[in-house]
Amino acid sequence: MSTYSVSDTTAAAAPRAAVTFSNLSGSYGVGLAASLVWLAFGLSCLYWPDVGDWSRTESLGIGAIVIAAFILFGTFSADYLGSAGQALRKRAPWMVAFGAFVTLWEVATAKFAWLPLPFFPPPQSILEVYTDDLPKLLDSVFASIKLQLGGYIIGATIGFITGVSIGWSQKIGYWVHPVLRFIGPLPATAWLPIAFFTFPSSWSASTFLIALATGFPVTVLTWSGVASVSTAYYDVARTLGAKPSFLVLKVAIPAALPHVFVGLFMGLGSSFAVLVVAEMIGVKAGLGWYLQWAQGWAAYANMYAALIVMSLLCSGAITLLFRTRDRLLVWQKGVVKW
Amino acid sequence: MVVQSAAEAITYPAVGAELDIEGVSHAFDIDGAVLPVLDNVNLSIAPGEFVALLGPSGCGKSTLLRLVAGLEKPRSGALREDEVRISGPHPSRVVVFQDPTLFPWRSVWDNVALGLEAQGILKAQRHRVDAVIELVGLSSFRNAYPHQLSGGMAQRVALARALVNDPKILVLDEPLGKLDSLTRIAMQAELVALWQRKGFTTLLVTHDVEEALVLANRVIVLSDRPAQIKADIAVARPYPRHRGDPYLADLRKQILGLLGLEATW
Ligand SMILES: Nc1ncnc2c1ncn2[C@@H]1O[C@H](COP(=O)(O)OP(=O)(O)OP(=O)(O)O)[C@@H](O)[C@H]1O
Ligand SMILES: [Mg+2]
Repeated sequence: MSTYSVSDTTAAAAPRAAVTFSNLSGSYGVGLAASLVWLAFGLSCLYWPDVGDWSRTESLGIGAIVIAAFILFGTFSADYLGSAGQALRKRAPWMVAFGAFVTLWEVATAKFAWLPLPFFPPPQSILEVYTDDLPKLLDSVFASIKLQLGGYIIGATIGFITGVSIGWSQKIGYWVHPVLRFIGPLPATAWLPIAFFTFPSSWSASTFLIALATGFPVTVLTWSGVASVSTAYYDVARTLGAKPSFLVLKVAIPAALPHVFVGLFMGLGSSFAVLVVAEMIGVKAGLGWYLQWAQGWAAYANMYAALIVMSLLCSGAITLLFRTRDRLLVWQKGVVKW
Repeated sequence: MVVQSAAEAITYPAVGAELDIEGVSHAFDIDGAVLPVLDNVNLSIAPGEFVALLGPSGCGKSTLLRLVAGLEKPRSGALREDEVRISGPHPSRVVVFQDPTLFPWRSVWDNVALGLEAQGILKAQRHRVDAVIELVGLSSFRNAYPHQLSGGMAQRVALARALVNDPKILVLDEPLGKLDSLTRIAMQAELVALWQRKGFTTLLVTHDVEEALVLANRVIVLSDRPAQIKADIAVARPYPRHRGDPYLADLRKQILGLLGLEATW
């Protein structure tokens, strides 16, 4: 970023580098183990016959063996692969664990049916969903993202503005605070029946509910952030000639930003819950609806496939939020890295 | 550390303002009880004078400075800057607070630029920010954030943030308190040089009798809370002053006596 702290950063990086060096000899072993585990997974797919009728068993087995080959190659050439090699090395233990998990899963379902079958589909049937039902799944993903994004942005914006207003102005606080106290703690899903009844479309009803679920935590945390700004900052700014608008925009808001991000994080969590419920009940699109539809057809593999996609999306959204925060709040020390 | 030309690049209106404190009393309400802090303080400071305030801890020095800054209104009495009653803060009276209170979300440069930005004149005056940062010797830290600075560096940033505004009255609340003794002596010399060059009126609170004597034209000794003026001592000595000066040593003894410390000296 700048030149002043070059010596600091190298000094801080040094111990970390030392740690990786001491692990170096061990990491070939772990990489090798990961490769073997994935090979075992592939062979377990191909060796035993399936107890049911699944079309992707062979592709899955070959895919696993290809992955094993990649891991093997990556392990021994990690030193020449730069940061990708380092990343691979760091994740090697996880690849061992995950490979072992899928092998066990494969054996326990498709090969020996230790787990009751329709409820615990094997990996190949989930792969089958991703290949054969892709268009529908993608449509659902886009529908969910669209709905979530619209509601979240509306809720976050309104919540932020409300929070700043009541944190700043006692007059606005007088009117908004009781309303907030009365309505805020109500779970947004409680509004569901009324919302679907009163709003012109299920889409607008769900957007409203998601915005509501997001807005409450954002409002409260923005408010508490603005209210807890030390008066010393205002004193400094005022003696330097700051007008009220400057005090709000350049003092109160930046000082409250760490709180605002906690609110945005909490709002994201509760809005996911509302999104899924709204899609299951009213909206005829999205991942929640896909789950509901799969349940209707007892298509358990589709449900697991949709769940995996959903968790990837949610954790992706949270990662994005944390990245944004880290970027905006570089001035903070010791923030939690996601 | 200090670059002469950097200071020269800052153009100041070479006039300080007159400051009058007329019969000022102040008190705080704590748990329903009234705590009197200032008791009929009368003080008239000529344009360009350098006045040091000395007094026991908790006697009301910082409170008096807050009144001068216009951050609070006195319970009785009035304060005037150039005959105009002080009714609120104004950038012609800039305060360096006891605590540096840098804005943690702003880099050193942005902290120093705060006043110019608040007054809406930053675009045309960016060079002043650079110059004053160089003046306090922090050019290589211009992009650092406050949590990356030492206590002394933070105080220097706070000083730079005040100086960049061309104050007519500079109000300093123990601005050198956290500096190590070497940097402190260097900054004292720099403060005197700056004050002589620019001619602003200076009101300095300090705990350090020697510092007051090396820097100020006048030393005001305050009593215990509620603060009253105990003594008003002129320090008629040319600058630069020498710490070993017998005249200053005499005054020092006298002031320590007023502060109730004669037994140790
Ligand atoms: N905002 C406030 N509310 C209530 N009491 C206050 C407030 N500010 C200061 N006081 C009280 O006023 C008295 C004087 O405080 P002040 O900060 O002016 O002391 P000081 O002379 O600057 O002390 P020090 O040298 O330790 O900084 C103290 O007893 C303090 O408790
Ligand atoms: Mg004080």
